[in-house]
Amino acid sequence: MLNIEQMDLKDKLITSFMALEDRVDVENYVHDVRSEAIKIFEDKGFPTKKEEAWKYTSLKSILKEDYSVFPKAENALEYNDVKKYFIHDIDSYKIVFIDGKYSSHLSQTTHDGMDICLMSAAIAKPKYRLVIENYFNKIASKDSLSSLNTAFSQEGAFIHIPKNKLVEKPIQILHFSTGNESAIMLQPRNLIVVDENSHVQIIERHQSLNNNPVLTNSVTEIFANKRAIVDYYKIQNDTQNASLIDNTFIKQKQESVASVHTFSFGGKLTRNNLNFYQQGERIDSTLKGVTIIGDKQHVDHNTMVHHTEPNCESHQDYKGIFGDSATGVFNGQVLVEKEAQKTNAFQANNNILLSDKATINTKPQLEIFADDVKCSHGCTIGQLDESAMFYMQSRGIPHKEARALLMYAFSNNVLSSVKIPEIKQRINKLIANKLGVRIGFDL
Amino acid sequence: MLKIHNLHAGVDDKSILKGIDLEIKPGEIHAIMGPNGSGKSTLASVIAGKEEYEVTKGEILFEGDDIGELSPDERAHKGVFLSFQYPVEIPGVSVTNFIKTAINETRKAQGLSEMPAKDMLKLLREKAELLDIDRKFLSRSLNEGFSGGEKKRNEIFQMAMLDPKLAILDETDSGLDIDALRIVANGVNKLKTDDNAVLVITHYQRLLDYIVPDFVHVLVNGKIVKSGTKELAHELEEKGYDWIKEEVNA
Repeated sequence: MLNIEQMDLKDKLITSFMALEDRVDVENYVHDVRSEAIKIFEDKGFPTKKEEAWKYTSLKSILKEDYSVFPKAENALEYNDVKKYFIHDIDSYKIVFIDGKYSSHLSQTTHDGMDICLMSAAIAKPKYRLVIENYFNKIASKDSLSSLNTAFSQEGAFIHIPKNKLVEKPIQILHFSTGNESAIMLQPRNLIVVDENSHVQIIERHQSLNNNPVLTNSVTEIFANKRAIVDYYKIQNDTQNASLIDNTFIKQKQESVASVHTFSFGGKLTRNNLNFYQQGERIDSTLKGVTIIGDKQHVDHNTMVHHTEPNCESHQDYKGIFGDSATGVFNGQVLVEKEAQKTNAFQANNNILLSDKATINTKPQLEIFADDVKCSHGCTIGQLDESAMFYMQSRGIPHKEARALLMYAFSNNVLSSVKIPEIKQRINKLIANKLGVRIGFDL
Repeated sequence: MLKIHNLHAGVDDKSILKGIDLEIKPGEIHAIMGPNGSGKSTLASVIAGKEEYEVTKGEILFEGDDIGELSPDERAHKGVFLSFQYPVEIPGVSVTNFIKTAINETRKAQGLSEMPAKDMLKLLREKAELLDIDRKFLSRSLNEGFSGGEKKRNEIFQMAMLDPKLAILDETDSGLDIDALRIVANGVNKLKTDDNAVLVITHYQRLLDYIVPDFVHVLVNGKIVKSGTKELAHELEEKGYDWIKEEVNA
């Protein structure tokens, strides 16, 4: 009897890449980048626990699914059916994808004085050629997963804000998977270029609409040029078989201010590779996150801030609450080069374990080569404060609500820097839902 | 209102309360005095339902119901209030939100709807005035960075808002200067009616100059060894606790 083994995901991806090659314009700059990237992926393969950066996160269980790499059908969704996944009470631009394909029906893009549109259009159209050649794949790392995304990069958000522009409406980037394919792998690719003095706010969410397996391997490159302000919010509250590997790279020029808030409340496995590269003086970088998970969920924050010039700051603050058999990882790297004098770099990672089976692995890594800097880091792991619980209960607040209130309090200073009130409200609600309580107060 | 019969309680294997009997009727103010380590704070915590203490014998009746098996919040819903010796700091939750939550959870447990925001605001304003509390204070994080006096005033403020039937004041005077003590005591006195009761737990007599008790009980080594009127407090202040200990031993 013949034993035909199922083709493993790596082989399947490489085979699919060749099929993709036949369809694309080989004269394009991006084509060369893709060809190089697939070679890297072919060489390195998927990361395993043997690699230091993946010691506590195993992709094994999610790689065994038979993902379709190019979804066949064009699927449509009605706005009212998915409205709840949008921050729908604010006026915003929307870039929406369904099973990896752009949905013009759900989107609201613009070319009026700025470009808030699609990656596929930006790659194809000559008028974007310069921006693509200057910025595409310039800061994404050459690791295997980012390279895999690069090889398959066809679709995603393309945002180019020219200088002196305050984008008044936030931009929402949503990726839906419908479950019409039994298992699907998505590789969105976003490029965001914010020129001098401009300000933009972006909300990103990946949402599966049923329980079929989804693996998203996303790459986002963000360029904050001189004095630009970029606020990025990631809402990760996906269904139980949806996994996300988010690779985000931010390059900041002098006096720019960039922040990324990551709210991780769901999904099967979530890995956030968040990298800030500073290039200029008086740069401010903020990385904050709240993770609240249970069951067997896994969330891994792998952050890196690279300080290269004097008088810059970075602020990292990650809070985690882990119940049931959930596992968390925080691996925070801060690299301060010799030239980066007067750097202020802060890092904090505080965790609460709600059960004996929950686990957190936290590892701060500071490498400082300058001698006149202020750097601090601290991580804590604890249980909920019993004396605070008794105090609240003695005032008539039941155990469950008291617990929720304490967890709110715990994550509060992360929420305090969220600038869009509607997002703050939404996160509050998500936390309440996650904890299964009704909240009779606002923070 | 409160009847305690032969109450024994402890932590792990260590017994702390060794047979307490106490009855408090509506309208009364009782004081429990005693040396350090006599079990005063344990008694307060046990009445309020702190779970780390185990009741090994006896019962606690509140308005005729045995509350021994109830959780701290269920006891609070019945009208028991404990003012903490060391109020806990809860960064990230404002005084107002905390009190709102406490009141509405209590109302929910009593089958009432939430208090309308307008009424809540009025009540907050009224009680803040009673205790000479600045409005700005209400939006600060609960007890975070409060001075000793502010913490205790905040406890009595919460008591005023929750309007309990029985208020237990655990060492409310500790860490207070005389002005703060006067404000706190005046607050308690203003809240006192013929229908509610107060149990003051203190090491020193000075608080009892302001909150004048109807009965004073002396707790030594987990037992009430002597009960009397407010004069007993003065006697203790003058002579200390040693003579009582000797009397008990003899």
